[in-house]
Amino acid sequence: MATDSLHHDAHADEHEHHHDAAGTKVFGFWVYLMSDLVIFGSLFATYAVLLRGTAGGPTGADIFELPLILFGTFALLISSFTFGMGVLAMNANRVGQLKMWLGVTFVLGLMFLGMEVYEFHHLIHEGYGPDRSGFLSAFFTLVGTHGLHVTFGMIWILVMLIQLSTKGINEQTRPRILCLSLFWHFLDIVWICVFSFVYLMGVL
Amino acid sequence: MSSASIEPANAHGSTKSYVIGLILSLVLTVIPFAAVMMGAFSTPVTIWVIVITAVLQVLVQLVLFMHLNTKADEGWNMMSFVFTVTILVLVVGGSLWIMHHLHLNMMIG
Repeated sequence: MATDSLHHDAHADEHEHHHDAAGTKVFGFWVYLMSDLVIFGSLFATYAVLLRGTAGGPTGADIFELPLILFGTFALLISSFTFGMGVLAMNANRVGQLKMWLGVTFVLGLMFLGMEVYEFHHLIHEGYGPDRSGFLSAFFTLVGTHGLHVTFGMIWILVMLIQLSTKGINEQTRPRILCLSLFWHFLDIVWICVFSFVYLMGVL
Repeated sequence: MSSASIEPANAHGSTKSYVIGLILSLVLTVIPFAAVMMGAFSTPVTIWVIVITAVLQVLVQLVLFMHLNTKADEGWNMMSFVFTVTILVLVVGGSLWIMHHLHLNMMIG
Protein backbone atom coordinates (compact mmCIF):
# COMPACT_ATOMS: atom_id res chain seq x y z
CA MET A 1 0.00 0.00 0.00
CA ALA A 2 2.83 2.32 0.89
CA THR A 3 4.55 1.65 -2.42
CA ASP A 4 1.25 2.03 -4.18
CA SER A 5 0.67 5.54 -2.92
CA LEU A 6 4.32 6.42 -3.43
CA HIS A 7 4.14 5.29 -7.01
CA HIS A 8 0.95 7.24 -7.47
CA ASP A 9 2.52 10.39 -6.00
CA ALA A 10 5.60 10.09 -8.19
CA HIS A 11 3.41 9.68 -11.24
CA ALA A 12 1.26 12.64 -10.23
CA ASP A 13 4.39 14.74 -9.68
CA GLU A 14 5.70 13.88 -13.09
CA HIS A 15 2.38 14.78 -14.64
CA GLU A 16 2.25 18.08 -12.77
CA HIS A 17 5.81 18.82 -13.81
CA HIS A 18 5.01 18.30 -17.50
CA HIS A 19 1.89 20.34 -17.22
CA ASP A 20 3.76 23.12 -15.39
CA ALA A 21 6.57 23.29 -17.97
CA ALA A 22 4.04 23.69 -20.81
CA GLY A 23 1.95 26.07 -18.73
CA THR A 24 5.00 28.22 -17.92
CA LYS A 25 5.93 28.38 -21.61
CA VAL A 26 2.46 29.56 -22.59
CA PHE A 27 2.38 32.05 -19.71
CA GLY A 28 5.80 33.40 -20.71
CA PHE A 29 4.49 33.88 -24.23
CA TRP A 30 1.45 35.64 -22.79
CA VAL A 31 3.77 38.12 -21.02
CA TYR A 32 5.52 38.73 -24.38
CA LEU A 33 2.10 39.43 -25.94
CA MET A 34 1.40 41.97 -23.20
CA SER A 35 4.66 43.79 -24.04
CA ASP A 36 3.68 43.68 -27.71
CA LEU A 37 0.36 45.24 -26.70
CA VAL A 38 2.28 48.17 -25.19
CA ILE A 39 4.13 48.62 -28.51
CA PHE A 40 0.83 48.73 -30.40
CA GLY A 41 -0.58 51.07 -27.74
CA SER A 42 2.27 53.54 -28.32
CA LEU A 43 1.72 53.33 -32.09
CA PHE A 44 -2.00 54.02 -31.58
CA ALA A 45 -1.12 57.02 -29.38
CA THR A 46 1.31 58.28 -32.07
CA TYR A 47 -1.37 57.88 -34.72
CA ALA A 48 -3.97 59.73 -32.63
CA VAL A 49 -1.55 62.62 -31.99
CA LEU A 50 -0.55 62.92 -35.69
CA LEU A 51 -4.09 62.37 -37.02
CA ARG A 52 -4.57 66.03 -37.96
CA GLY A 53 -1.04 66.47 -39.29
CA THR A 54 -2.00 65.95 -42.92
CA ALA A 55 0.30 68.73 -44.27
CA GLY A 56 -2.23 69.63 -46.96
CA GLY A 57 -2.37 66.00 -48.06
CA PRO A 58 -5.34 63.59 -47.88
CA THR A 59 -7.24 62.77 -44.69
CA GLY A 60 -8.47 59.33 -43.74
CA ALA A 61 -11.88 60.04 -45.27
CA ASP A 62 -10.20 60.68 -48.65
CA ILE A 63 -8.17 57.47 -48.89
CA PHE A 64 -9.83 54.68 -46.86
CA GLU A 65 -11.90 52.15 -48.83
CA LEU A 66 -14.23 50.46 -46.35
CA PRO A 67 -15.47 47.55 -48.55
CA LEU A 68 -11.84 46.44 -48.98
CA ILE A 69 -11.21 46.72 -45.23
CA LEU A 70 -14.41 44.78 -44.48
CA PHE A 71 -13.19 41.95 -46.73
CA GLY A 72 -9.83 41.76 -44.94
CA THR A 73 -11.53 41.97 -41.54
CA PHE A 74 -13.79 39.02 -42.34
CA ALA A 75 -10.78 36.97 -43.51
CA LEU A 76 -8.91 37.66 -40.26
CA LEU A 77 -11.92 37.09 -37.97
CA ILE A 78 -12.75 33.77 -39.62
CA SER A 79 -9.07 32.75 -39.44
CA SER A 80 -9.20 33.24 -35.66
CA PHE A 81 -12.12 30.77 -35.58
CA THR A 82 -10.39 28.22 -37.84
CA PHE A 83 -7.30 28.33 -35.60
CA GLY A 84 -9.56 27.64 -32.61
CA MET A 85 -10.95 24.60 -34.42
CA GLY A 86 -7.33 23.52 -35.00
CA VAL A 87 -6.62 23.67 -31.26
CA LEU A 88 -9.72 21.53 -30.63
CA ALA A 89 -8.42 19.01 -33.20
CA MET A 90 -5.06 19.01 -31.39
CA ASN A 91 -6.78 18.32 -28.04
CA ALA A 92 -8.48 15.34 -29.70
CA ASN A 93 -5.03 14.22 -31.01
CA ARG A 94 -6.12 14.46 -34.66
CA VAL A 95 -2.98 15.64 -36.38
CA GLY A 96 -4.48 15.54 -39.90
CA GLN A 97 -7.39 17.74 -38.90
CA LEU A 98 -5.06 20.13 -37.07
CA LYS A 99 -2.92 20.51 -40.19
CA MET A 100 -6.02 21.06 -42.33
CA TRP A 101 -7.26 23.87 -40.02
CA LEU A 102 -3.78 25.43 -39.93
CA GLY A 103 -3.77 25.37 -43.74
CA VAL A 104 -7.16 27.11 -43.87
CA THR A 105 -5.90 29.70 -41.36
CA PHE A 106 -2.82 30.28 -43.52
CA VAL A 107 -4.94 30.88 -46.66
CA LEU A 108 -7.21 33.33 -44.79
CA GLY A 109 -4.14 35.14 -43.45
CA LEU A 110 -2.84 35.32 -47.01
CA MET A 111 -6.13 36.91 -48.15
CA PHE A 112 -5.82 39.51 -45.38
CA LEU A 113 -2.21 40.29 -46.30
CA GLY A 114 -3.18 40.50 -49.98
CA MET A 115 -5.78 43.13 -49.06
CA GLU A 116 -3.20 45.11 -47.10
CA VAL A 117 -0.46 44.92 -49.73
CA TYR A 118 -2.99 45.99 -52.39
CA GLU A 119 -4.07 48.96 -50.24
CA PHE A 120 -0.48 50.06 -49.46
CA HIS A 121 0.59 49.68 -53.08
CA HIS A 122 -2.44 51.64 -54.26
CA LEU A 123 -1.79 54.48 -51.77
CA ILE A 124 1.94 54.75 -52.57
CA HIS A 125 1.13 54.64 -56.29
CA GLU A 126 -1.24 57.60 -55.83
CA GLY A 127 1.56 59.53 -54.12
CA TYR A 128 0.16 59.04 -50.63
CA GLY A 129 3.11 57.09 -49.22
CA PRO A 130 4.44 57.33 -45.65
CA ASP A 131 6.61 60.31 -46.67
CA ARG A 132 3.59 62.45 -47.63
CA SER A 133 2.53 63.64 -44.15
CA GLY A 134 2.79 62.92 -40.42
CA PHE A 135 -0.66 61.35 -40.57
CA LEU A 136 0.38 58.93 -43.32
CA SER A 137 3.68 58.10 -41.58
CA ALA A 138 1.79 57.13 -38.43
CA PHE A 139 -0.82 55.22 -40.46
CA PHE A 140 1.75 53.17 -42.37
CA THR A 141 3.74 52.45 -39.19
CA LEU A 142 0.71 51.27 -37.21
CA VAL A 143 -0.98 49.19 -39.94
CA GLY A 144 2.39 48.01 -41.33
CA THR A 145 3.55 46.77 -37.90
CA HIS A 146 0.36 44.73 -37.62
CA GLY A 147 0.85 43.37 -41.14
CA LEU A 148 4.43 42.42 -40.28
CA HIS A 149 3.16 40.50 -37.24
CA VAL A 150 0.65 38.65 -39.44
CA THR A 151 3.49 37.80 -41.86
CA PHE A 152 5.59 36.33 -39.05
CA GLY A 153 2.52 34.48 -37.74
CA MET A 154 2.13 32.87 -41.17
CA ILE A 155 5.81 31.88 -41.29
CA TRP A 156 5.28 30.33 -37.86
CA ILE A 157 2.23 28.41 -39.19
CA LEU A 158 4.39 26.99 -42.01
CA VAL A 159 7.09 25.97 -39.50
CA MET A 160 4.47 24.23 -37.35
CA LEU A 161 3.04 22.41 -40.39
CA ILE A 162 6.54 21.02 -41.08
CA GLN A 163 7.10 20.12 -37.41
CA LEU A 164 3.69 18.41 -37.21
CA SER A 165 4.64 16.33 -40.26
CA THR A 166 7.97 15.23 -38.77
CA LYS A 167 7.23 15.13 -35.02
CA GLY A 168 3.43 14.90 -34.80
CA ILE A 169 1.56 16.17 -31.73
CA ASN A 170 3.80 15.75 -28.67
CA GLU A 171 5.03 17.53 -25.55
CA GLN A 172 7.19 19.83 -27.70
CA THR A 173 4.79 20.81 -30.46
CA ARG A 174 1.68 21.14 -28.26
CA PRO A 175 2.79 24.29 -26.34
CA ARG A 176 4.09 25.81 -29.60
CA ILE A 177 0.67 25.45 -31.22
CA LEU A 178 -0.94 26.95 -28.09
CA CYS A 179 1.45 29.93 -28.16
CA LEU A 180 0.82 30.42 -31.88
CA SER A 181 -2.94 30.32 -31.29
CA LEU A 182 -2.59 33.05 -28.64
CA PHE A 183 -0.45 35.08 -31.07
CA TRP A 184 -3.03 34.72 -33.84
CA HIS A 185 -6.01 35.69 -31.62
CA PHE A 186 -3.93 38.60 -30.28
CA LEU A 187 -3.40 39.92 -33.83
CA ASP A 188 -7.15 39.72 -34.30
CA ILE A 189 -7.67 41.91 -31.21
CA VAL A 190 -5.17 44.49 -32.49
CA TRP A 191 -6.92 44.49 -35.87
CA ILE A 192 -10.32 45.09 -34.18
CA CYS A 193 -8.82 48.26 -32.68
CA VAL A 194 -7.26 49.21 -36.06
CA PHE A 195 -10.44 48.93 -38.12
CA SER A 196 -12.54 50.57 -35.38
CA PHE A 197 -10.33 53.52 -34.46
CA VAL A 198 -8.30 54.06 -37.64
CA TYR A 199 -10.59 53.15 -40.55
CA LEU A 200 -14.16 53.60 -39.26
CA MET A 201 -13.41 56.71 -37.17
CA GLY A 202 -11.21 58.03 -39.97
CA VAL A 203 -14.02 57.91 -42.51
CA LEU A 204 -16.47 59.76 -40.26
CA MET B 1 -4.09 15.50 -10.72
CA SER B 2 -7.80 16.19 -10.95
CA SER B 3 -7.25 19.84 -11.81
CA ALA B 4 -4.84 18.86 -14.59
CA SER B 5 -7.34 16.51 -16.18
CA ILE B 6 -10.25 18.93 -15.94
CA GLU B 7 -8.37 22.00 -17.12
CA PRO B 8 -7.80 21.25 -20.84
CA ALA B 9 -11.55 21.04 -21.50
CA ASN B 10 -12.12 24.35 -19.73
CA ALA B 11 -8.96 26.01 -20.94
CA HIS B 12 -9.36 25.37 -24.65
CA GLY B 13 -13.10 25.72 -25.12
CA SER B 14 -15.47 23.66 -27.21
CA THR B 15 -16.77 23.75 -30.77
CA LYS B 16 -19.88 25.47 -29.44
CA SER B 17 -17.95 28.30 -27.77
CA TYR B 18 -15.86 28.88 -30.92
CA VAL B 19 -18.96 28.96 -33.15
CA ILE B 20 -20.65 31.42 -30.75
CA GLY B 21 -17.46 33.50 -30.76
CA LEU B 22 -17.36 33.54 -34.58
CA ILE B 23 -21.03 34.56 -34.92
CA LEU B 24 -20.69 37.27 -32.26
CA SER B 25 -17.51 38.69 -33.82
CA LEU B 26 -19.05 38.78 -37.33
CA VAL B 27 -22.20 40.50 -36.02
CA LEU B 28 -20.12 42.97 -33.98
CA THR B 29 -18.12 43.77 -37.15
CA VAL B 30 -21.11 44.23 -39.45
CA ILE B 31 -22.90 46.61 -37.03
CA PRO B 32 -20.21 49.39 -36.93
CA PHE B 33 -19.37 49.01 -40.66
CA ALA B 34 -23.08 49.30 -41.55
CA ALA B 35 -23.48 52.30 -39.22
CA VAL B 36 -20.60 54.13 -40.91
CA MET B 37 -21.22 53.08 -44.52
CA MET B 38 -24.97 53.83 -44.44
CA GLY B 39 -24.58 56.97 -42.33
CA ALA B 40 -27.89 56.24 -40.62
CA PHE B 41 -26.92 57.86 -37.29
CA SER B 42 -25.50 61.24 -36.31
CA THR B 43 -21.70 61.36 -35.88
CA PRO B 44 -21.65 61.21 -32.03
CA VAL B 45 -24.03 58.22 -32.03
CA THR B 46 -21.92 56.45 -34.68
CA ILE B 47 -18.76 57.00 -32.61
CA TRP B 48 -20.46 55.39 -29.60
CA VAL B 49 -21.60 52.46 -31.77
CA ILE B 50 -18.00 51.94 -32.96
CA VAL B 51 -16.50 52.18 -29.45
CA ILE B 52 -19.05 49.88 -27.79
CA THR B 53 -18.93 47.19 -30.50
CA ALA B 54 -15.08 47.31 -30.49
CA VAL B 55 -14.91 46.81 -26.71
CA LEU B 56 -17.47 43.98 -26.86
CA GLN B 57 -15.60 42.30 -29.70
CA VAL B 58 -12.25 42.48 -27.87
CA LEU B 59 -13.99 40.85 -24.88
CA VAL B 60 -15.42 38.11 -27.15
CA GLN B 61 -11.90 37.37 -28.48
CA LEU B 62 -10.35 37.39 -24.99
CA VAL B 63 -12.97 35.20 -23.31
CA LEU B 64 -14.18 32.83 -26.06
CA PHE B 65 -11.00 32.49 -28.17
CA MET B 66 -8.10 33.17 -25.80
CA HIS B 67 -9.94 31.78 -22.73
CA LEU B 68 -8.78 34.54 -20.43
CA ASN B 69 -10.17 33.95 -16.94
CA THR B 70 -9.24 34.49 -13.31
CA LYS B 71 -8.66 30.77 -12.57
CA ALA B 72 -5.92 29.66 -15.00
CA ASP B 73 -2.37 30.03 -13.61
CA GLU B 74 -3.82 31.39 -10.36
CA GLY B 75 -5.02 34.49 -12.17
CA TRP B 76 -1.58 35.62 -13.36
CA ASN B 77 -2.78 35.86 -16.97
CA MET B 78 -5.55 38.18 -15.87
CA MET B 79 -3.27 40.14 -13.52
CA SER B 80 -0.67 40.82 -16.22
CA PHE B 81 -3.45 41.78 -18.64
CA VAL B 82 -5.01 44.24 -16.19
CA PHE B 83 -1.54 45.72 -15.51
CA THR B 84 -0.90 46.13 -19.26
CA VAL B 85 -4.29 47.77 -19.81
CA THR B 86 -3.44 50.22 -16.99
CA ILE B 87 -0.17 51.09 -18.75
CA LEU B 88 -2.04 51.48 -22.05
CA VAL B 89 -4.58 53.85 -20.53
CA LEU B 90 -1.72 55.96 -19.13
CA VAL B 91 0.28 55.99 -22.38
CA VAL B 92 -2.58 56.54 -24.84
CA GLY B 93 -4.77 58.74 -22.61
CA GLY B 94 -1.79 60.73 -21.30
CA SER B 95 -0.40 61.36 -24.81
CA LEU B 96 -3.75 62.58 -26.09
CA TRP B 97 -4.32 64.75 -23.02
CA ILE B 98 -0.91 66.43 -23.17
CA MET B 99 -0.90 66.92 -26.93
CA HIS B 100 -4.46 68.26 -26.91
CA HIS B 101 -3.49 70.96 -24.40
CA LEU B 102 -0.25 71.70 -26.25
CA HIS B 103 -2.29 72.14 -29.42
CA LEU B 104 -4.73 74.50 -27.66
CA ASN B 105 -1.89 76.54 -26.14
CA MET B 106 -0.07 76.83 -29.44
CA MET B 107 -3.25 78.04 -31.14
CA ILE B 108 -3.79 80.71 -28.47
CA GLY B 109 -0.12 81.69 -28.30
